[in-house]
Amino acid sequence: MKKFLAFVNKEIHHIFRDKRTLLLLFCMPIVLVILFGFAITTEIQDAKIVILDKSNDPATREIKNKILSSGYFKLKRVLTSERALEQAFQEGDTKLAIVFEENFYQHLEKHNMATVQVIADATEPNTASTLTNYISAILRDYQQTRQVTGVMPLQIQTETRMLYNPRLEGAYYFVPGVITVILLLVSAMMTSVTIAREKEFGNMEILLVSPLHPIAIILGKAIPYVSIALINALTVLYIGYAIFDMPLTGNLGLLLLECLLFISTSLSLGILISTVTDTQQTALLASMLGLMMPSVLLSGFIFPIESMPTVLQWISNIIPSKWFIIISKDIMLKGAGMATIWQETLILAGTTVLLILASVAKFKIRLE
Amino acid sequence: MIQVAHIVKSYESTKALQDISFDVVQGQLFGLIGPDGAGKTTLFRILTTLLLPDEGQARVGEWDIRKDYKKIRKQVGYMPGRFSLYQDLTVEENLSFFATIFGTTIRESYHLIKDIYVQIEPFKDRRAGALSGGMKQKLALCCALVHSPQVLFLDEPTTGVDPVSRKEFWDMLKNLKRAGITILVSTPFMDEASRCEQIALLQKGKVLAIDTPKGIRKSFSKPLWSVNSNTDMYQLLQDLNRYDRTASAFTFGESVHYTDRQEEGISEALRQYLAQQGHREVRIQPLEASIEDRFMELMSREDEP
Repeated sequence: MKKFLAFVNKEIHHIFRDKRTLLLLFCMPIVLVILFGFAITTEIQDAKIVILDKSNDPATREIKNKILSSGYFKLKRVLTSERALEQAFQEGDTKLAIVFEENFYQHLEKHNMATVQVIADATEPNTASTLTNYISAILRDYQQTRQVTGVMPLQIQTETRMLYNPRLEGAYYFVPGVITVILLLVSAMMTSVTIAREKEFGNMEILLVSPLHPIAIILGKAIPYVSIALINALTVLYIGYAIFDMPLTGNLGLLLLECLLFISTSLSLGILISTVTDTQQTALLASMLGLMMPSVLLSGFIFPIESMPTVLQWISNIIPSKWFIIISKDIMLKGAGMATIWQETLILAGTTVLLILASVAKFKIRLE
Repeated sequence: MIQVAHIVKSYESTKALQDISFDVVQGQLFGLIGPDGAGKTTLFRILTTLLLPDEGQARVGEWDIRKDYKKIRKQVGYMPGRFSLYQDLTVEENLSFFATIFGTTIRESYHLIKDIYVQIEPFKDRRAGALSGGMKQKLALCCALVHSPQVLFLDEPTTGVDPVSRKEFWDMLKNLKRAGITILVSTPFMDEASRCEQIALLQKGKVLAIDTPKGIRKSFSKPLWSVNSNTDMYQLLQDLNRYDRTASAFTFGESVHYTDRQEEGISEALRQYLAQQGHREVRIQPLEASIEDRFMELMSREDEP
């Protein structure tokens, strides 16, 4: 045990001596989460919109004025038929379409009720939801001014439809996603690279010719990174909470336990990579291509899994990040407990055991 | 203490070791002498259980390198050819790390490493990467010794080290030998071979000869001559190689080491020949063969079909 601790201690020395890596380890999560956060939730100005006004009466004209003078929107063109809508969205730069129903003003006067349809291009879900929120706010504002001047309380119904991504998933996607990528980066990539470093510099040669058990060498390398990964996860959670008002509806303890599970999965992946690579370069490339890319692209972090081709959906099942993103989203955003996420947890745990068994089988007690 | 019997090891197409056998007795300072690519490092890795031989047997102490690798790893000290300590740890941190993983402390084995450690102690807070070549080797030796191993494997410990440090290093090995440690050391430098008690000459994965340094020198088969002239060495060597009585001619620093095909009248005939070729101030002196001479002789014999 004393030997093992000496090894862990040595590893911590390595980490703290290497200032650049240290900076990277602790700043990267902060930079990533802020970058993703702001890239997704920035305020939008001059979003191009199209308007199909089937009534063109005093009420719609006033509402149009309000919308266009708000500063958020810029009129691209006025449409004359429903058919032109699809065409406008296909052009790509149209973010939103507003459709006033026929006889808008009359409906408003007679039934105190009229309908505006707001259609948003939700390929960028956050932009879409921000824009529709702006429109809804403007319409509410209009209602209130009418109420002051008008006789009866009146209602304008907004029908919002999200095109291309109807469920609008992604609003808070980035926090669980960033945590996943960071845990994977720190645990899998750093572990595989530092084990490869021992091989590259020939340190492994003397470590093997010592009473240290090879498993102790690997674990000793991994443990400091577990703590760093946990600290990083907490940092990201805190920033998500403090800067982006991300809700944490579930149990923090459960979330951290699941983080620990995912860290173990990542570590075993990193160890597996290190058993088959001999240099830091190849270890880095292998973790980048083999872990980071699929985790970013196929886990549902950036692109929704539902909209992928069937083959990719199928592949996404073997990516541990996918399951962890589901787990962390469920806990953070839906407040789910173990009852909801036991399946995903089981999958992660099973993967970890398999990976560890594979690494032990592949681990070389000799040089070749 | 070390028994090597018919070890064969190949890497894909190249045969790194071909039927290597030798014994090292307890407390001996045994040298493996050979140029780069002779198979020295492979042999070290096999004996330190880092590689498995394709064929043959080897024992370190009473342990088999295949079956008892764990026991061997506890009992030997190994210093690889490449500097393998942690460059970003200080001298002291490196040493205490290796002491701890072998279950000991610097203090416990201080008597063993004292002579060497005092030389690097002034730099104990310096990072290992910032040490000079000689200092690095001394530190590596300390780390390999810190657990009082029974056998010490030193793979080219003096490569990349200045001549003064090299001499110091060999003096240290002599002291360690006194402490009863069996030492297997490899070197490409023939002049260092004479500091071993027993040496094996290694070339292209084969043992050319095993003997004491003295025995190796004595086994040189012919009278050896040192030849000089006022012309440049290259010209002299060319002319000697064209001479019909030449058995062998190799440049050695400032002179050519020469052997003749005949037994008698060597220097007179040679002097006459060289004078004909236009060499002036020719000096021909009898010479006692060095280990390198014997090595070259054995090597050229190997090369013949």
